[in-house]
Amino acid sequence: MYPEPKFLPAGDLAVSVEFADAISPEVNTRVRALEYLIQQKAIPGVVETVPTFRALLVYYDPLLIGWDELVATLRSLIPQAQPEALPPSRLVEVPCCYDDDELGFELRAVGEKLGLPPHEVVRLHSGAEFLVYFIGFTPGLPYMVGMPDRLTIPRLEKPRTKTPAGSVGIGGSQCCIYPVESPGGFWVLGRTPLSLYDPKRPDPILLRPGDRVRFRPIDRSEFERIAGEVAGGRFLARVET
Amino acid sequence: MSALAVLDPGLLTTIQDLGRPGYLRYGVPPSGPADREAFVLANRLVGNPDTAAGLECTLVGPTLEVRTACLIAATGAEMPVTVNGSEVPRWTPVRLKAGDTLRLGTAPRGVRAYLAVFGGIQVPPVLGSRATYLRGQLGGLEGRQLRKGDLLPLGQPARSLDGGERHRVRAECIPSYAGEPQVRVVLGPQADRFTPEGVRAFLDGPYQMLPQSDRMGARLMGPRITHTRGHDIISDGIPLGGIQVVGDGQPIVLLVDRQSTGGYTKIATVCSFDIGRVGQVRPGQRLRFRRISVNEAHAVLRIERARLETAVV
Repeated sequence: MYPEPKFLPAGDLAVSVEFADAISPEVNTRVRALEYLIQQKAIPGVVETVPTFRALLVYYDPLLIGWDELVATLRSLIPQAQPEALPPSRLVEVPCCYDDDELGFELRAVGEKLGLPPHEVVRLHSGAEFLVYFIGFTPGLPYMVGMPDRLTIPRLEKPRTKTPAGSVGIGGSQCCIYPVESPGGFWVLGRTPLSLYDPKRPDPILLRPGDRVRFRPIDRSEFERIAGEVAGGRFLARVET
Repeated sequence: MSALAVLDPGLLTTIQDLGRPGYLRYGVPPSGPADREAFVLANRLVGNPDTAAGLECTLVGPTLEVRTACLIAATGAEMPVTVNGSEVPRWTPVRLKAGDTLRLGTAPRGVRAYLAVFGGIQVPPVLGSRATYLRGQLGGLEGRQLRKGDLLPLGQPARSLDGGERHRVRAECIPSYAGEPQVRVVLGPQADRFTPEGVRAFLDGPYQMLPQSDRMGARLMGPRITHTRGHDIISDGIPLGGIQVVGDGQPIVLLVDRQSTGGYTKIATVCSFDIGRVGQVRPGQRLRFRRISVNEAHAVLRIERARLETAVV
């Protein structure tokens, strides 16, 4: 953590408030706490915010608030940007079908690489509680931490060009879920029938920055049943607040 | 209902409005026109609010059948505009009647032309906007580019079309898309990750537009920009105009459909008032970057906004 956050210009409409050059829950919590305070104060001229691992990008309208005033206002909020400033987070249950050669197509390879039987990989992964640091890159893609140390694994040496939508992947100490078919460098342990991004839904994005996520192992038949309900708009994800 | 029918979609034509702010924190980019100024002027010419939805046409424009009388204006890239085969002026409103065929041709200069219709295109808004985001299949017409046979529903004009033709854009406010534009940038957020020679090479240029460029990013090729210690950073937010420099030392200017976050060093950020110019540089055409400070950028922004306010007479 820097002694004082840096205010880095990002063109004429944005400033990056950088807290550290490191990834940690403490740093990310301060980023999200600052974002939350900005939302609560509704600072005139602040248009939009984008939290990431260790920085908050703040978009502003310079005709409403100048650089000096913006930086002074943000700086005054920094001391309050602490974990206790954040509201309670949501806990979202994500059903995941692991034990299936098609859906969890790299589960066995992960087990071999880590020297664990596949069912132990599943037990460790579904027993953990993950924290969504931020949503980014593509619509609805969560960057999550909270992986058990024993599942730490280098990313794929050669990223695949296509990862099916819903794939649950691990890489380094992170876990992610691919909302849409996309390239990927994470090992795929399983697949969720939930849709993390559905442009046809009134609220197209399932997960939010700060959510906690738990995976619930399901078998293939339950996967198919939930997938059908999701497609018909009848499935509600279990969310505790 | 009033409508325009798509006889030929052109190369890449999408419905756009001013965009979809507020969703970058969910990974959804704002989209909207690549050249905001040209888009806004098209709307103002026909008497629409700036937020009305129109068409963004890329390099080769569409051919449309007019189903009901309407008032249109074309701005941006120099696509010749014809009505039933006769050329009509650009940067000024044109009144059309039912049965007319409106065609935007091939642009010899510039990339993106804008077509506004009085009343606006009335597709249902998604997340508060009608702008099309192609990669996310969001907004516009089913989140996709136009195709033959599409019907574009038009809103009811707020007043009679009579007298609507008299507006125009002042000549000095019509940009030239030829030559080698200078694009103003603010250094940062990661300018300190480049060598002094790298920053100098970047500011000397010139950089040539590559054909792989799209609404997500303008890929450029020119003098190599050298890093001090690698091109990776801990992923952070990518501002509009953020200039990523990846391992090959070449810059990519991130535009309206950009990824919300990324893990490459960003040497500088193109100022909002010059984003539209980047969007009009053709593959093979060159541009140069010029450094200004944040405060200078804000002063220019004020002047440019004032200029836009008085551009339509």
